[in-house]
Amino acid sequence: MKTDKTREKLFSRRAAILAGGQMALFAGLGARMYYLQVLQSERYRTLAEDNRINLRLLAPPRGYILDRFGEPIAINVQNYRIVLIPEQVGDIEATLARLEKVLETGSLDTKRVLRDARRRRAFVPITVAENLSWGEVSRLEVNAPNLPGVNIEVGLSRFYPLGPSVAHVIGYVSSVSEKELTGDPLLELPGFRIGKSGIERRYDAALRGKAGNSQVEVNAFGRVIRELRRDEGEPGREVGLTLDAGLQAFAADRLADERSAATVVMDPHKGDVLAMVSSPGFNPNAFNEGLSNDEWRGLVRDPHTPLINKAIAGQYAPGSTFKVAVALAALEAGIPPEHSSYCRGYMRLGNRRFHCWKKHGHGRVALTRALRESCDIWFYEVALKIGVDRIAAMARRLGFGETHDFDIAGEKAGLIPTKGWKRAALGSSWQKGETVIAAIGQGYVLATPLQLAIMTSRLVNGGFAVTPRLTRDRIEPEFIAPNPDPEFPSLDISKTHRRLVMNAMDQVVNHSRGTARKARLKDPAMAMGGKTGTSQVRRISMAEREGGVRKNKEKPWRERDHALFVGYAPVHAPQYVAAVIVEHGGGGSKVAAPIARDLLEKAQQRDSARHEITGDVAIVGPGKTEQ
Amino acid sequence: MIGTRDRSETRLTQKIWQINWALVLLITIVASIGFAMLYSAANGNLSPWASRQMIVFAAGFVVMFVIALIDIRFWMRYAYIFYALTLALLAGVEVIGVERGGAKRWIDIGLFQLQPSEFMKIAMILALARYFHRLNIEDIGRPLFLVMPLLLVAAPVVLIQRQPDLGTGLFLVISGGALFFLAGVRIWKFVVILTSAVIAVPIIWSLLREYQQGRILTFLSPDRDPLGAGYHILQSKIALGSGGVFGRGFMQGTQSHLSFLPERQTDFIFTMLAEEFGLAGGLGLLGLYALLILYGFSIALRSQTQFGRLLASGVTVTFFLYAFINIAMVMGLVPVVGLPLPLISFGGTAMISVLAGFGLLISVSIHRDVRIGRHGDGS
Repeated sequence: MKTDKTREKLFSRRAAILAGGQMALFAGLGARMYYLQVLQSERYRTLAEDNRINLRLLAPPRGYILDRFGEPIAINVQNYRIVLIPEQVGDIEATLARLEKVLETGSLDTKRVLRDARRRRAFVPITVAENLSWGEVSRLEVNAPNLPGVNIEVGLSRFYPLGPSVAHVIGYVSSVSEKELTGDPLLELPGFRIGKSGIERRYDAALRGKAGNSQVEVNAFGRVIRELRRDEGEPGREVGLTLDAGLQAFAADRLADERSAATVVMDPHKGDVLAMVSSPGFNPNAFNEGLSNDEWRGLVRDPHTPLINKAIAGQYAPGSTFKVAVALAALEAGIPPEHSSYCRGYMRLGNRRFHCWKKHGHGRVALTRALRESCDIWFYEVALKIGVDRIAAMARRLGFGETHDFDIAGEKAGLIPTKGWKRAALGSSWQKGETVIAAIGQGYVLATPLQLAIMTSRLVNGGFAVTPRLTRDRIEPEFIAPNPDPEFPSLDISKTHRRLVMNAMDQVVNHSRGTARKARLKDPAMAMGGKTGTSQVRRISMAEREGGVRKNKEKPWRERDHALFVGYAPVHAPQYVAAVIVEHGGGGSKVAAPIARDLLEKAQQRDSARHEITGDVAIVGPGKTEQ
Repeated sequence: MIGTRDRSETRLTQKIWQINWALVLLITIVASIGFAMLYSAANGNLSPWASRQMIVFAAGFVVMFVIALIDIRFWMRYAYIFYALTLALLAGVEVIGVERGGAKRWIDIGLFQLQPSEFMKIAMILALARYFHRLNIEDIGRPLFLVMPLLLVAAPVVLIQRQPDLGTGLFLVISGGALFFLAGVRIWKFVVILTSAVIAVPIIWSLLREYQQGRILTFLSPDRDPLGAGYHILQSKIALGSGGVFGRGFMQGTQSHLSFLPERQTDFIFTMLAEEFGLAGGLGLLGLYALLILYGFSIALRSQTQFGRLLASGVTVTFFLYAFINIAMVMGLVPVVGLPLPLISFGGTAMISVLAGFGLLISVSIHRDVRIGRHGDGS
């Protein structure tokens, strides 16, 4: 009994200790709770928000590219695709089979869809098919109740309504390559496209816009529960070009008759490029979805170089079109316009003969007739008198031999040879014979169609150093502001000299013996002036000349002459300049001049329409998307 | 225990009067908090957890009252039998057990799955209480008399370690130790045991399974692997911390409802409560637990027999350990050992076993003046 009492006492003491200890431990838990829930609360609150809130980037719609009248050149179109959510579908194979029936299509890539479904979480949508036609979309909508878990999603993809005709100027967009990643997460969005060439690349920053984002609440598995906040971002800016989409399309059509050609039509006063076509083109829309290897190889290997913008990157011997520059150089060097030569079909220099294109000669010619009938002999002799360096100096003032900071990349400088250049580049001294052939735009002389258009513009605009442009605006990533009309410095070419040359160019087309007589514009108000050119691709050998020069048609395409023409209209108050080259096209008067005529005629016709259009169609909303 | 039918009947009504209704009320309040949390855990649905928990609670309630009304000498007399049966079940787990998540802890008995280790927590207390009941203060001083109770603790611990279940094994060691302490074993003996335990740590460490080692390492540094093993603790702390003082509101806990919190209906239910009701809610529940524990000790102190005292305090210690280890676990104070929050976590066996424990507690209270002989016979 006594022992039980001591036992009870001992128990009571120890129970008290134990209970006290337990309460102390509970107090410790309370302290820990206070630490976590009061002292550290802010931190954990932030972590909890980080956990549940996901930021999703929203790709901004790419800015439109419009022509000078507000006509769309590059737009975005809705692109419908079918997605399937595995957890809502159940039997994926059966659903795909039903889908095939509904779409009346051959085979969907069942294997890939099943593979994706296995790899990803069951609530992540899997793309089944893209670029659905409207018919397919509506068939799908009708059958929607039978296809649970199958949804149609809408995305935007770039579309160029003018297709290949604008490909070189506008360029194209395509998926971002590894090298182009800058750390901007927008570039890492699946399916995001950036400008890869042309205007799309040059003004990519402005066209791209600013990414928006959507804050979504997600659970631990990444499934979106609801959207909390949405910032639409900034859509890409609209870029307006100097191009006239109608003229551009017309020019592309016109050039399509030839195997390989290029043209530039521009406003000689402001430098606005109204049309710039390199033919053949490529379909920029195809680049959106990505080309297959075969398609790509086909484009690269095509001898007509569809991927190169020949209007700015094609360098050709300008042939007789270069005589415009030589004539101006001669006049400035003091050769009077009455100065004449006797053309008997060739000129002897040392023991070499330099031929005129006219076998039996022009007889006595002075400047006007030499240009009008493109007599080579007059230019040979004059060139020998003034020397190659004076010709080169004038050529440079007219825009040859250099690039012009054009809006799109790929511009080539061409080549205007001088004595100094030859010594530096080739290490040998200049030969007189080289001056002779330079006078007719052959030999070392190389020019791009754009430069030919610049030369003509600088001649007909009153002698100002106009440079070409594709947009009138200053385009920066942050803003787009209209530039004031540029004021170009004068080239100090005598008005009399310009008048003399322009008069001769008038006669080239409108005189009964002019080389481009057949290509004249009959409406006197629209009449054009110009200069033909035919440049040899390979030297004509003595043997060939004696056996009779072969006609171009008899030669293989690659060996045929390039046909060139530079022209302007209206002849008395020039508003438009066109430069045309048809690669291996044969004669400039026969092939190139008619194209230039059609372009200048179209340009003038569209001119009146322009004033009407400018008023109300200048603002084209995104609603006007389809042509 | 000789009595007529009449006497036992009158005693039954008396007994019912003597039931500690305040204790029953406290238990019901805590369990109801559990129902509410399970309702929230299912995003405002009674199924699948809250409704089933209510059924289990109702069944457990019946069990509790039946146990409470049975004469305490019955429990004394059959203490070893219960212990032996539960030990047999534990051994059975090894043979016919069901494996879940790499651990074999359950026996499938058709209707539901039984976790014998949960019952062992009570059975061991019963057996130890009976053993120490007959020892007087001198006997307890003799080391030889400690061999038997040490075996009573060691046998189930060994079996449970083989499942393997680190948490429950430690649980039994601690609650057994508490009973040794309450029975009057000398303090220096605990010091010796603890010292040798510290020395044995490296040896035990090498015997632990890799995942058990991982759990302890993760506990020591949860940021070690925030997406792997440390994820649970980290997410639990985030949930707790973001609850603040008054919580994010009932069913408004983002961590719980967006599934960042693992096991929100079982082991981590306290976290959800603290996220949704904040410090206020957490301390409130802690307070209710404290009241239950103090109530248990007061019953133990009022008991006239050593068996009753030890049984009541043992059950109370068990209850405390459940609550303390679970809450400390979700707050990142002890390793994640997979122990439920008593009366609240979803789970049948734990609920029944906790309520059975309370049944014994009430039985001790009702029969506090009943004298018990050395072998469970009245005297």
